[in-house]
Amino acid sequence: MSDVMRRPRFWLGGAGVLVLLVLPFYVDRFWLQSGLFAMAAAIGAIGLNMLTGATGQLSLGHAFFLAVGAYGYCVLAGTGDDGVTGLGLPTLVAVVGAVLLAGLAGGLLSPIAGRLRGAYLGIATLALIFIGQHVLFNARDLTGGYNGRDVPPLNVFGLRLDDETATLLQVPFQSMEKLWYAGLVLLAVGAFFARGVLHGRPGRAMNAIRDHQIAAGVMGVPVARVRAQAFVVSSMYAGLAGVLLALVFQRTVPEYFGFALSLEYLAMVVIGGLGSVSGAVLGAVFVSLLPQLLDRYSDALPLVSAPGTGGVAPGEASRYLYGAAVVAVVLFLPGGLTRLRAGTARKPS
Amino acid sequence: MTTFLELLINGLSIGSVYALIALGFVVIFKATEVVNFAHASLLLTGGFIAATLSDDIGFWPALLVGIGGAAAVGALVEFLVIRRYRGSDHSVLAIVTIGVDILLLTELTRRIGTDVLALGDPWGDRVVTLGSVTVPQTRIAALVAAALIITLFLLAFTYTSWGVAMRAAAEDRETAALMGVRLGRVSLAAWAVAGALAAVAALFLTVFPTPGLAAATSFAAFKAFPAAIIGGLDSTTGALAGGLIVGVTEALVTGYQDDLSFLGRGIGEVAPYLVMLLVLLARPAGLFGTRELSRV
Repeated sequence: MSDVMRRPRFWLGGAGVLVLLVLPFYVDRFWLQSGLFAMAAAIGAIGLNMLTGATGQLSLGHAFFLAVGAYGYCVLAGTGDDGVTGLGLPTLVAVVGAVLLAGLAGGLLSPIAGRLRGAYLGIATLALIFIGQHVLFNARDLTGGYNGRDVPPLNVFGLRLDDETATLLQVPFQSMEKLWYAGLVLLAVGAFFARGVLHGRPGRAMNAIRDHQIAAGVMGVPVARVRAQAFVVSSMYAGLAGVLLALVFQRTVPEYFGFALSLEYLAMVVIGGLGSVSGAVLGAVFVSLLPQLLDRYSDALPLVSAPGTGGVAPGEASRYLYGAAVVAVVLFLPGGLTRLRAGTARKPS
Repeated sequence: MTTFLELLINGLSIGSVYALIALGFVVIFKATEVVNFAHASLLLTGGFIAATLSDDIGFWPALLVGIGGAAAVGALVEFLVIRRYRGSDHSVLAIVTIGVDILLLTELTRRIGTDVLALGDPWGDRVVTLGSVTVPQTRIAALVAAALIITLFLLAFTYTSWGVAMRAAAEDRETAALMGVRLGRVSLAAWAVAGALAAVAALFLTVFPTPGLAAATSFAAFKAFPAAIIGGLDSTTGALAGGLIVGVTEALVTGYQDDLSFLGRGIGEVAPYLVMLLVLLARPAGLFGTRELSRV
């Protein structure tokens, strides 16, 4: 028995993975959809955490890059027969293309982003949201305008992840069940890669820039290049999250990719813990499952009532909760939820 | 030409209102180095208090209570949240203000709902006609009031001991503290002043030709971000210039929208941000901001 296998964390992690793998056989569509939202959010939050958490670059424009990913996928994979532009590429190629497009968008921003610091950067990225919304509403050929456009289902080596029912072990497999596994794979690969980046040489360079930009430069960190790279990688994560979100929604609308979405992502990384992969995932699960849970159980909860009855609607209740959580975490739990877990008292990175 | 003049006056007027918001934003940044993303909710707080009270106690008292209320909320945010933060990373504090903003805005939008609250202001929808140019009275009132308040503020900033303390704290916090400036009070005052300025701005954002205070009024605060950045985050003069630039740009681009139709509908909303990006490309610290010099 190797050393790794004696540690309880190994077994806990293994059990967790197993539960995630068999979930589609036992839970209904609602839970799978919520779970997929959380996975997409986790991928996006990992990206934002590399940028804001690890490199210290405040970005309010994350929703813009999500939109680039989501719409990029639609444009590249669309068949073009619903009145909007579609290039009809194989869907897997479209996923890769959409992620690259998002990265390109991040790279194009770097001439501006590279010159700005702190607050200036945050507000400059705010401009992306407004410009993005304007383009999404107006470029009807590409985006379908106000009503959005349909998302072509993912097609993995001949297996279409759409609502056509396939039965596996007597469980009907529809889009959510199939997408669940795609989401798991993407999140696992994304988390693994980000972990490698953050724990390796680039991660140290990023942290050095966050802590003291001049000192980092003096020690030989190519500051401008690392910052630009962090921007590109973070946008690519956002693009991937956008693709997954689009696949889950099955329709993309411009309104979704507004300022509020960027705020949600910032809330995720702060609540989870700045600068770590697990923090991003934890925060994403917290922020994206909260409204769904409150919505589902609004009858059973005190103080929460159904929307439109004058009381606190579930959506509002969850905004109160995560707004308060952001404030409380920063004031009382610097380091976020990940610091709550026992055994993570390692080096603060 | 007439259209141009009308647009220009309207732009200057709305720009002076943006300048009020941006000024509060800059004051907070100077005093505490915090980018206050909760500014939108301060603005809405002031407007909401004034609008709900104006039926019962009349317009002017309600306005005063609204200004006082927004100032109190601003001070409360500083006292309960900003002061409690022990870290040193100011971008984390900026995110905290986002949390505060989410809380306040959710509460206010829940209370306002889909209502449009009228403020019952004395100007109504009357217009002033000068030659061929027609301007609503409210726009002129906004211009005059903003000019007065800003002058008053700048005088206070230059000559009163409060202003001197504030400028000293912005220059060098540690030295100022050693000289006897009470930093806690300075930042408390900064947040209160910013709240009050935002409440005044809320008034002029909700009078004619706008139908009244709605949940969407808070979006106007987003115009103050490019205004503050164009001028330079740490410059009060910059906030003025930035506000006017944003207001005039917005008014002109919206007014000539038909000639700019190739840019899509609603380009007026986006134009301030495009201007901001252009300014930032040329001057990363804004027009009047101090360039950050670092000595190693």
